[in-house]
Amino acid sequence: MIEVHEAVTQATLVTDSLVSIYSAMFVYALAFIFFTYDLAKRMSQAKQLSAAPADALVVSGKSARGAGKTAVLDRPSPPPVGFDEPGKTRRSVAARLGMIFTVMAWLLHVGGTVLRGVAAGRVPWANMFEFTLTATAIIIGVFLVMQFWQDLQFLGAYVTGFVLVFLGVATTNFYVDVVPLPPALQSYWLVIHVFVASLGTGFYGLGAALSVVQLVQARREARGLVAIRAVPTAERLESLAYRLIVVGFVFWTFTLIAGSIWAEHAWGRYWGWDTKEVWTFIVWVIFAGYIHARATRGWRGSRSAILSIIGFSAVLFNFTIVNLYFHGLHSYSGL
Amino acid sequence: MASDKPSSSSGNTDATQPGESLQTDPRRPSDHFDAPEAPDADITQPRLNFVGYLRFFWRQLTSMRTALFLLLLVAFAAVPGSLVPQQTSDPNGVIQYKADNPGWSKVLDFLGVFNTYSSVWFSAIYILLFISLIGCIIPRTMHHVRALRTQPPKTPARLDRLPGFLRTTAVEWGDDDVAGGVSAARDLLRSSGYRVRVFDGQSASAERGYLRETGNLVFHIALVGILLTVGLGGGFIWTGQKVVPVGQSFANTLSDYDSVSPGRWFSPDSLQPYKLTLTNFVPVYERKNLNAYGDVIDYTAYVRASQPGQKTVNETIKVNSPLRIGGTDVYLLSNGLAPVITVRNPAGKVVYTQPVPFLPQDANLTSEGVIKVPDGLAKQIGMVGFFYPTECDTSKTGNCGIAPVSVDPALFNPVLTLQVYTGDLGLNTGQPVNAYALNTDKLKIIAGRGSGKPGLTLRPGQTVKLPDGLGTIELNKVVRYVGLDIHHDPTQLWVLSFAILVFLGLITGLFIPRRRVWIKAVRRAGKVHFEYAGLARGEDPRLDEAVAEIARKHSQLLGLSMKP
Repeated sequence: MIEVHEAVTQATLVTDSLVSIYSAMFVYALAFIFFTYDLAKRMSQAKQLSAAPADALVVSGKSARGAGKTAVLDRPSPPPVGFDEPGKTRRSVAARLGMIFTVMAWLLHVGGTVLRGVAAGRVPWANMFEFTLTATAIIIGVFLVMQFWQDLQFLGAYVTGFVLVFLGVATTNFYVDVVPLPPALQSYWLVIHVFVASLGTGFYGLGAALSVVQLVQARREARGLVAIRAVPTAERLESLAYRLIVVGFVFWTFTLIAGSIWAEHAWGRYWGWDTKEVWTFIVWVIFAGYIHARATRGWRGSRSAILSIIGFSAVLFNFTIVNLYFHGLHSYSGL
Repeated sequence: MASDKPSSSSGNTDATQPGESLQTDPRRPSDHFDAPEAPDADITQPRLNFVGYLRFFWRQLTSMRTALFLLLLVAFAAVPGSLVPQQTSDPNGVIQYKADNPGWSKVLDFLGVFNTYSSVWFSAIYILLFISLIGCIIPRTMHHVRALRTQPPKTPARLDRLPGFLRTTAVEWGDDDVAGGVSAARDLLRSSGYRVRVFDGQSASAERGYLRETGNLVFHIALVGILLTVGLGGGFIWTGQKVVPVGQSFANTLSDYDSVSPGRWFSPDSLQPYKLTLTNFVPVYERKNLNAYGDVIDYTAYVRASQPGQKTVNETIKVNSPLRIGGTDVYLLSNGLAPVITVRNPAGKVVYTQPVPFLPQDANLTSEGVIKVPDGLAKQIGMVGFFYPTECDTSKTGNCGIAPVSVDPALFNPVLTLQVYTGDLGLNTGQPVNAYALNTDKLKIIAGRGSGKPGLTLRPGQTVKLPDGLGTIELNKVVRYVGLDIHHDPTQLWVLSFAILVFLGLITGLFIPRRRVWIKAVRRAGKVHFEYAGLARGEDPRLDEAVAEIARKHSQLLGLSMKP
């Protein structure tokens, strides 16, 4: 009787979890629509501004970057036109609605992920489906927490869109039923290693997003167009991206070390060039390259931004293609 | 909150006076963002002699650009090894790949792609990278050691062009008040963790965050440490494999291993003697959750471990918890089923009896194995068999398909099927032969497929006759076996220690800001005001904030107000 009861409870929890995730996706979709609308408005305002007389514009194209000797002699470039400095923010209604919906969706998302963990009686990141739930929840979580520090609402469309796509793929293509952990995964390192890996993914993801916007801004600035309204200058975006990616890099380094320790326990060697190990290493090296690029003359700015985007692409490749199509010891997708 | 104006994040040091900056700048590659810019390229270069070329080459190799290029090249060069199976991690995959792509794999083989990570080209890249790294580390370390004992540089003549510049309102103060204000500045900066030097009683020059460079250097030196440990330590590693059926033992001597791969400098004589007896192996299968019915949820190997001069102890080995014994680590890497086979000659005399480990082919432990009986019968016989712990039973589960298959890893309906061959098994040539394979090319099949006689089918406890009156074969019972990996790796602890240093160095090198701060009393038109400014050395997005905080505290101490 007790076993039957347990099974029923578990089935209920699994269903509740899925319902919660589907609801989160719906609300994310709403948030995405509002953020996109807001973004479109910002873009059109930028166009209007660039159509205005030239003396009304402040072009911040000439930056201290790469100027070497004279960099410090420059006064800080004047604040870009239109960017709302934190504190005196005038947020559009659309962006505000987007944020509200994102918070609501995130609560449903986290709720669904936690329910999944309760149903399974363990951490909710033991297969690809669960890992996607957790990692995307972390990306949104980092995005939301960042708002207390920086106004990053212009990333709302990117972040909610990205998470929506991955939740969609997870629920339709990665879904697996709750099954017990195989012996190799029964380790406290599952809790540490995988969670820190998803934290790193979250920071890398937002950093790369900032790099994308940075590239767009840099192009506009280089062409003498006005910066996109309510988006910081390319230089500032680069600085923000760097600070996020450096945190991601620390998490990623920890993931590598923790993974090696776990690999020694489970497989008898700390490093064996398993496909997943190789790609985690590749990602680490690319972002190490990014950090070095930021310290190399001629590589700051757009070039390093491209490296960060390549790095995050490698993270996604590692998570999707390597998990699904490459042979290796990390075959825990459950598919 | 955080405000980082563009100029504050750039750690350009040229604002200090010439001479000063050279003295205290980290010795960085010439194309480092923080390094002073090289003189104009238009200047005619002197002709280089041999040493000059060497120096030129060395400077190129240790430049940031080269390091960056080599880093990205390492990332790029690591890719092929993930696309093609590797000899070290997946030898069977390599064999399969070569069989599937005979032409293409010759090219790959020539390029060493099946051993990417020990190939010449991959090694060349990372060795160059590390030489470049060492060439960077050494001068910087020497310079940093000097910098640790160097006082902060002279206060710049004008602070108002430096990042974070702030000033107080002017007041009519005497010399003593100014001196008091400067010494208050010195105390404030000192208590905030700065190294402070006062110039002419008029200004305090302060620097902090030397740990940033220390961490940076520790990070890079520890990386070199990992590479050296792995490169040189590999020769001291010992790995071996042993299959042990329940009830049998393993002794840690060379002759008792099934296979070994010793490092170049490892002598098997240094193996510490110990003995492990596998008393039991218990797999646990999921029976409640119907989505995972029959999935493994636990493996536990129970062993009795005895070492000379010590009491015998009972230990367990699990997948994530190896047994550390006698200087080795014993890992539970595989397991399976071993039918215990007894073969008798026609007179009833036992000529062969032992558990025969069968290799699992799927999650339900459909297993394949080989039995070789070279002696005691009229002819040598070899048998290729399949073992099904729970053979699919049409009467119970309905549809089973044509080929026999196991539907559960537990022993619910165990069946052993055998095909029997006779002929020379090739065991007398002195060459080592794979115990898990039977080359049937020169053998004659006498029972099973194509022989005209049915193969043999056995259940535990059953005995059947061998064909041609050769004798009988009995399946006594079925036991579990474990595949143990026994490793001796003295480098592990070193690598772990270096890895921890890498991590600590990374955090300190990235997050501790290195900055200079100046507080200066400026006299103008009979009045005095204090000026504040800072300078980032390396990434320092919070510089302005830090200067503002110091300015606020200092002006409050002196009862001055800040000029807006």
